[in-house]
Amino acid sequence: MNKSSDRPLGVTRRRVLEVGTVASALSFVGDSRLVQADTLSAAEASLNLVTVGLQINGRGHTLTLDPRTTLLDALREHLGLTGTKKGCDQGQCGACTVIVNGQRINSCLTLAVMHAGDELSTIEGLANDDGLHPMQAAFVRRDALQCGYCTPGQICSAIAVLTEHKAGWPSYATADVASEPVLTDAEIRERMSGNICRCSAYPNIVAAIRDVVEGDRT
Amino acid sequence: MKPFHYERSSDISSACAVAARPASKFIAGGTNLIDLMKLEIETPANLVDINALPLGGIEETSEHGLRIGALVTNSALAADMKVRLKYPLLSQAILAGASGQLRNKATTGGNLLQRTRCPYFYDTTKPCNKRQPGSGCAALEGLNRMNAVLGVRDNCIAAHPSDMAVAMTALDARIETLAADGATRTIPIDGLYRAPGDTPNIETVLQPGELIKSVVLPPPPPGRQIYRKVRDRASYAFALVSVAAIVAHDKNHVQDARVAFGGISYKPWRSAEAESTLSGASLTRLSYDAAGTAALKNARGYGHNNFKIPLARRTLRAALTEVTGTI
Repeated sequence: MNKSSDRPLGVTRRRVLEVGTVASALSFVGDSRLVQADTLSAAEASLNLVTVGLQINGRGHTLTLDPRTTLLDALREHLGLTGTKKGCDQGQCGACTVIVNGQRINSCLTLAVMHAGDELSTIEGLANDDGLHPMQAAFVRRDALQCGYCTPGQICSAIAVLTEHKAGWPSYATADVASEPVLTDAEIRERMSGNICRCSAYPNIVAAIRDVVEGDRT
Repeated sequence: MKPFHYERSSDISSACAVAARPASKFIAGGTNLIDLMKLEIETPANLVDINALPLGGIEETSEHGLRIGALVTNSALAADMKVRLKYPLLSQAILAGASGQLRNKATTGGNLLQRTRCPYFYDTTKPCNKRQPGSGCAALEGLNRMNAVLGVRDNCIAAHPSDMAVAMTALDARIETLAADGATRTIPIDGLYRAPGDTPNIETVLQPGELIKSVVLPPPPPGRQIYRKVRDRASYAFALVSVAAIVAHDKNHVQDARVAFGGISYKPWRSAEAESTLSGASLTRLSYDAAGTAALKNARGYGHNNFKIPLARRTLRAALTEVTGTI
């Protein structure tokens, strides 16, 4: 499913841990950087940078960031990975959905600095030398978009829906939460409700996901 | 967003010590906190990332209940087979909230401590006693259809937004915490939330630096469980009203009932009135309506949310009808 998860880390876990250890050693006992007042001065804020190693689509990146930088802004503004879209920037639309350690999240509602050592997949990492990811191909085949702005988030979310379903996760559409859920259209719609499509391409989005589900079965 | 110092903590007691300093906050999933920081409603100067702390896992307790680590995500909790088999209303409630993406980040502890979604708490151009104590409450005369009808006074009518906490309230969950001075305590979930009073900005009894470590569920009480949520959309919307109910009954009568409401108060609202009305009552619509009347007898609407009072009664009736399999 998530092909990048099989690739070796570009930045080693050890390196990340080393960075983390230094940071935490500075963090606590007698750390002069800790803020005693209620706010940081402008001078403090401008010096307040953190270094973070991010593993994105199988490649390691080291960024020096203001800790306020969201994962979404790190991807778009610092790494040029503009496939991940900024819609609402408050977790309501799902356009910024990326896959972190195999699970979909809203990249607008998390800080880049919190993802040291995590494995991230974005829309840019889904296709490989053999062609499009099956979900991308299904979206094209089913014309599951109009303007396309929500599509990277829809596709990342849909791939993770299949992972969640394979893990046996129930949804609100599962009548008996203790049962093994079957991915009916109602289940797909419920599981995809965190991705809004302003063009309302929902019927074709559901059809594209259903195609991939049925392709997996055969 | 205001600048802050970020610390990724690897030690629970030092995390609590740091977070006890002024203007400090723990961050776990961050799905609510980061949103509020962008709006500068939350302005921590120190952000203590607790995601590396050993606060995960769902394990059975010696009393055959469950201990849920504070960092267990909403997704993981809802999908856990022990929860799905023994506490299905908790899975249902969690799955009724937010979206798949948000549930993957949101944690058990953070869900309990999420802030209200009252629109005037978010609108920094309007007065809000929860955001700025003493400034007034714009919701009183405003668009208050999402606001509370029970247990609140005129200085703040914000509703607690959690679904998960409503199920946990029906289950008599207990919250285990660690304070900055190393002290541990166990708080019944119904005692976690503070009535708005004159300080609606202070929402829980937790002290600065006090960290939720885990939530303990006692063994499930006898009876069938249900979580029923009524909202504006079929998915991904906050509750107008929700009901968590657990009912044990024989052929004709209720033996034991637990009832908690969501969306109608500053906290998940456990209704002792509904429960005592139901105890021993016949399995009829009349009994369920009597329970609803008892539960809502002190309710007060503020205009746009008047509809919540009959809606809460009817949602309770529907939940009880379904959970008892009666008509």
